[in-house]
Amino acid sequence: MEITPNQLIDFYTTMVRIRKFEQKAAEQFAAGKLPGFVHLYVGEEAVATGACANLNENDFITSTHRGHGHLIAKGGKLELMMAELYGKATGYCRGKGGSMHIADVDLGILGANGIVGAGQPISVGAAFACKYKGTNNVAVCFHGDGASNRGTFHEALNMAAVFKCPVVFVCENNMYGISNYQKNHQTVNDIADRAASYGIPGASVDGNDVIAVYEAVNAAVDQARKGGGPSLVECKTWRHRGHFEGDPATYKDPKEQAEWLAKDPIPRLAKKLIEMKAATQADLDAIDAKIDDEIAKAVDFAEKSPWPDVSDLLTDVVA
Amino acid sequence: MTQMTYMEALRDGMRQAMLKDPNVYIAGEDVGAFGGCFGQTGSLFEEFGPKRVIDTPITETAIIGSAVGAASAGLRPIVEIMFIDFMGVCMDEILNQAAKMRYMFGGKAKLPIVIRTPCGAGISAAAQHSQSLEAWFAHIPGMKVVMPATPADAKGLLMSAVADDNPVLYIEHKILLGVKGEVPEGEHYVPIGKATVAREGSDVTIITWSAMVQKALAAAETLDKEGVSAEVLDLRTISPLDKEAILKSVEKTGRAIILHEATLTGGVGGEIAAIIADEGFDYLNAPIKRVAAPDCPIPFSPVLEQAWVPNEEKVIAAVKQVV
Repeated sequence: MEITPNQLIDFYTTMVRIRKFEQKAAEQFAAGKLPGFVHLYVGEEAVATGACANLNENDFITSTHRGHGHLIAKGGKLELMMAELYGKATGYCRGKGGSMHIADVDLGILGANGIVGAGQPISVGAAFACKYKGTNNVAVCFHGDGASNRGTFHEALNMAAVFKCPVVFVCENNMYGISNYQKNHQTVNDIADRAASYGIPGASVDGNDVIAVYEAVNAAVDQARKGGGPSLVECKTWRHRGHFEGDPATYKDPKEQAEWLAKDPIPRLAKKLIEMKAATQADLDAIDAKIDDEIAKAVDFAEKSPWPDVSDLLTDVVA
Repeated sequence: MTQMTYMEALRDGMRQAMLKDPNVYIAGEDVGAFGGCFGQTGSLFEEFGPKRVIDTPITETAIIGSAVGAASAGLRPIVEIMFIDFMGVCMDEILNQAAKMRYMFGGKAKLPIVIRTPCGAGISAAAQHSQSLEAWFAHIPGMKVVMPATPADAKGLLMSAVADDNPVLYIEHKILLGVKGEVPEGEHYVPIGKATVAREGSDVTIITWSAMVQKALAAAETLDKEGVSAEVLDLRTISPLDKEAILKSVEKTGRAIILHEATLTGGVGGEIAAIIADEGFDYLNAPIKRVAAPDCPIPFSPVLEQAWVPNEEKVIAAVKQVV
């Protein structure tokens, strides 16, 4: 499996799209324009990007409270996402979901989720449906290190293994369950070790290396498509910001934070692209400028969109 | 029409739904070759095979969670939780996932999930295998809750639940599983949200559901001999409540007794009483009375259990307070 320079440029573009979307969300939140909770994905872009690069439109993902990156990597539309963050009628959920509940079922995005670990059994069901219908589609379940301690993790991985469901559990180990350091919330170092208890493959990779993520998830997706069942891929990464916007993250060791900032996945890939002459700095600058334009359009769309009509309060409770 | 038990009827409902739509499947603990904890799935495994009648591990969270994912991806799961008492294990998957996804996603998801589960006391199954927890689920917007009392309704509500594009909790009372009755053959649908008058009367309305319908009918027989004409309204669906039928009957009789097997405090009876007080106050000739189980866990010993379950005598006593 050779990754082409064009694929790498796509990876770069997606990561920058996520980064700039998140930076804009931080800015708009600070300006008081976004209601509710916002959990940002800055620093973890390589995981969603590398994983979703293996998926097509008919594959499924389940996401988390920190879901913007997964949605963008799976093809979510920036305008509809930003409008939803604003709580506007034009948002993905018509203003009824917000940051933690964005979904695009047509794109196989079965929702961000406000409950830690809830996506795990849902992804098994989506994968079960793929197998039941005889498609060769798969589901990818994004979840964090914190969620790997939930009962849902155990039940979902066990059921997926027993039924050989085509699902890949992508564990984003960002080293913290909210404020609780990984060493304080579990005794394993590599969460991928837990795969052995379910008799499924487990791999632990550098989650700030988009190529490593892509390759590990590629092998897992390939196995799933061929009927080989589920896998667990742990991607070690780091969130640059607090758990939620407004969290000063004083629990983080500044030295460790600095070390991880130096491993930022985006400059890392940029350097590689230039070294391998797949792109010039000017090419990358042009991509950055294009994304700036996309983000500006998304904000403009959100700002100009109407608020939901209160007459919509009781619609869609039931079908 | 054919004679069937309640259990055969609900099984026939599942069978008809599976014959009609290949996307319907059954999953749960021991629903396969074993045939279901009480025999509910019977020989469906032999008929439809392991692809469509699926034994799961003992894993309620994943049973409901995977049904949510499968339904989002286009299937129509019928999943079984072996006893309603186990719902605490999978409550997040019902409360925060199945019931909320459609609304949270702005109407862009469909969750056609049937969760079948037995409820009820009467077999000395004690505190963790005997409860009636319908009120928990009636309190969740986005969930529908049905509780059939007869074999025909067991089939008709099952088929309507499978055809519904929303999560439906289908609560089957274990004491009713062996009860026989006339059941329509082939496809049979009983509309969700519609009560039925199980017995006509003019002096008092007994509003009830599930296994308590039989107790209400027995009480009505006795009362009839004493010159009191009791109407028995079988709600069949707990959420959404058929307010129209409740108010219509109370308008006719002027008196309301609400009878449920669930414990009194926080039970559905309180909601029904509030509806009558709010919207039917002028119809009332007497206070609304509730007959329900006392607020304690369900005891094991048959002597204690029988003292716990609401019975005919308690219904008659309540009626006599108001007529």
